[in-house]
Amino acid sequence: MTTQEWKFTAKDIATKPDLFMSGHRACAGCAPVTVLRLIMKATRGPTIVTQATGCMEIVGSIYPYTSWAVPWLHTAFENAAANASGIEAAIKIMRKKGKIKDEHIDVIALAGDGGTVDIGLQALSGAMERGHDFLFVLYDNEGYMNTGIQRSSSTPIGASTTTSPAGTVIPGKLEKKKPITEIMLAHEIEYVATATPYYWKDLITKVRKGLEVEGPAFLHVFAPCPRGWRSDPAKSMEYSKLSVETCVFPIWEAVNGKRQLSTPSKVISLAPQKKKPVKAYLEGQGRFRHLFTPQNSHILSEIQRTTDERWEKLLQKCASGAT
Amino acid sequence: MAMNGDEAVAYAVKQCDVDVVAAYPITPQTIIVEKFSEYVANGEVQTQYVCTESEHSAMTACLAAGATGARTFTASASAGLALMHEMLYVTSGSRVPVVMAIANRALSAPLNIHGDHSDSMAERDSGWIQLYAENAQEAYDSIIQAFKIGEDINVSLPVIVGIDGFTLSHTLERVDTLPDEVLRQFVGQRQYPLVVTHEGKTVPFKLDPANPMTMGPNALQNYYFEFKRQQEEGMKNAYKKIQDVNCEYAKLSGRSYGNGLIDPYKLDDAEIAIVVLGSTAGTLKVIVDQLRQEGIKAGVLRIRAFRPFPVDDIKNALKNVKVVAVMDKSMSPGGLGAAVFNEVRNALYDQSTRPIVVNYIFGLGGRDSSPRDLRKVFEDIIKIARTGQVEKTVNYLGLRE
Repeated sequence: MTTQEWKFTAKDIATKPDLFMSGHRACAGCAPVTVLRLIMKATRGPTIVTQATGCMEIVGSIYPYTSWAVPWLHTAFENAAANASGIEAAIKIMRKKGKIKDEHIDVIALAGDGGTVDIGLQALSGAMERGHDFLFVLYDNEGYMNTGIQRSSSTPIGASTTTSPAGTVIPGKLEKKKPITEIMLAHEIEYVATATPYYWKDLITKVRKGLEVEGPAFLHVFAPCPRGWRSDPAKSMEYSKLSVETCVFPIWEAVNGKRQLSTPSKVISLAPQKKKPVKAYLEGQGRFRHLFTPQNSHILSEIQRTTDERWEKLLQKCASGAT
Repeated sequence: MAMNGDEAVAYAVKQCDVDVVAAYPITPQTIIVEKFSEYVANGEVQTQYVCTESEHSAMTACLAAGATGARTFTASASAGLALMHEMLYVTSGSRVPVVMAIANRALSAPLNIHGDHSDSMAERDSGWIQLYAENAQEAYDSIIQAFKIGEDINVSLPVIVGIDGFTLSHTLERVDTLPDEVLRQFVGQRQYPLVVTHEGKTVPFKLDPANPMTMGPNALQNYYFEFKRQQEEGMKNAYKKIQDVNCEYAKLSGRSYGNGLIDPYKLDDAEIAIVVLGSTAGTLKVIVDQLRQEGIKAGVLRIRAFRPFPVDDIKNALKNVKVVAVMDKSMSPGGLGAAVFNEVRNALYDQSTRPIVVNYIFGLGGRDSSPRDLRKVFEDIIKIARTGQVEKTVNYLGLRE
């Protein structure tokens, strides 16, 4: 990573032409699509993007139209990291052999939570171990939204999805969300971070840092999905903000394994009274509606407990400077 | 040089200036990637070698590297090929000319590492060109030809070169190689078809920041069908290209394999014939010679290109034959015989006079097919030719029943 941090203003971002362009077919209130646009604001030169199958792949590439102003490749669902591996390997050798122009080309792989934490995990882990120079961005909307809102291992405890429906006996998903960033950190890669689009400047900065790393980098972006969450499309950014304020999704970065909270989460760590109860984030989301009944109140408590537990662990890790 | 089939493949790849090899080990293909890794480790090739964590990622990485403009190669077999299945369709559909050697091996269950054609026959409809070699020499020659065929801009399709697991992959044979420089010139640099981008620019078909292109899009009811139909055009062009390359290569090496698509042996006046793929043809030719000495007009038709399937060539080659036995090293449980039999019999159906065609399923899981077993097939069809009676259309050879 370069030692000098990239500085930019809101004007720089506003005037930089969009590389993920308008005209795509995402739903109203879709946060992942905002994430895509913001990611592409952070590019620093020639860039190739590859995407796993999913909402964000289909909305921008319906033939004969495209929203992508950069070279873009989709091949399948479980292999975005393997796509990136192949692209990076090709660039490396073809530059060396003089078959293409000798210039650096950044490679970004994008996948949803299914394409990252479930079906895409093997290819992702392999690519991280091999050390290919690319940035993997997970846009996490906590479920298989493209296929009709099914549970993934990134779906949080208590959420009702079409394959973990809130029924009379089972109150939605019973299992905790898979901690993907911990798994990525265990690969000992140079840069791992979390972000969410409400804090757009933080997100863009982290994308740039991930690109600047020589080797693999991983960015976990939390991205509300009003269709899947059965939430008000107008409130996607509000939920993005609340996820940080309630510590449901703290934002941080780890450079060479040294973990540090990013400002919005750091503020809460310094002033714990600012930490909002998870209820503030959960209420209003249809997927958690069933939890606000007397018989399911224990699940609300469980969500608060596990959120607190993960937050405390994170604080300890940040304090010790360890992963 | 003395080489086994796997080594012959690796040596050919070494000489073809391949940019990216992405692979995962599986018996009986492993020697290919081991040997190639040595070339990389010793600086004998300028190739980016990617040891992927699965065959699925190996094929993906080849496809993505190929989409970026690289010449790419991989090798696999059996379960590995089955794991790639999804990506085989994506590779051909994306028109990326990856070359892959398959050391043909049985599919589980039960687990079996030995040779048969179950693996690549399961990929019949995946849109890949499929060539099958008879010996290590042909394995070497076919890999070289595969780059030239697949990368032709009017073909732009991936190519499988099948070599029989163990029978070819692990058996030492004499292989004549060509000088590096001669092959470099023969194979040349990878060429790209020109396409029109969303910006209206006509550019080479690859991922290039100077000419942004969306590859691997989502094509719905209104376009998908046309994409698939274009693949058939690629196959039609491959039908011609395989023959051209066979001729060009003959000028260079003195070696050719029939017309490139089929390799007939003593078929001109044959009354009975066996149709087969791969190494079994070698043994069959010896038996044909014996039968000919006994005054029996027997012949062999080795199909070299299973995809594109050379329909007219097969019709023509078998036009005077009375009885044909098609030998399959795979099966289709519940079907009427296996893949090659189905294709051959289908090809002959339109003929006003057509031979009797029977199927022999043999050699599954590496079961040895001795010259005596193979001779028995000829004896069976001699009997059919004499009596006109077919006892069983689908037969199992060398099986305890």
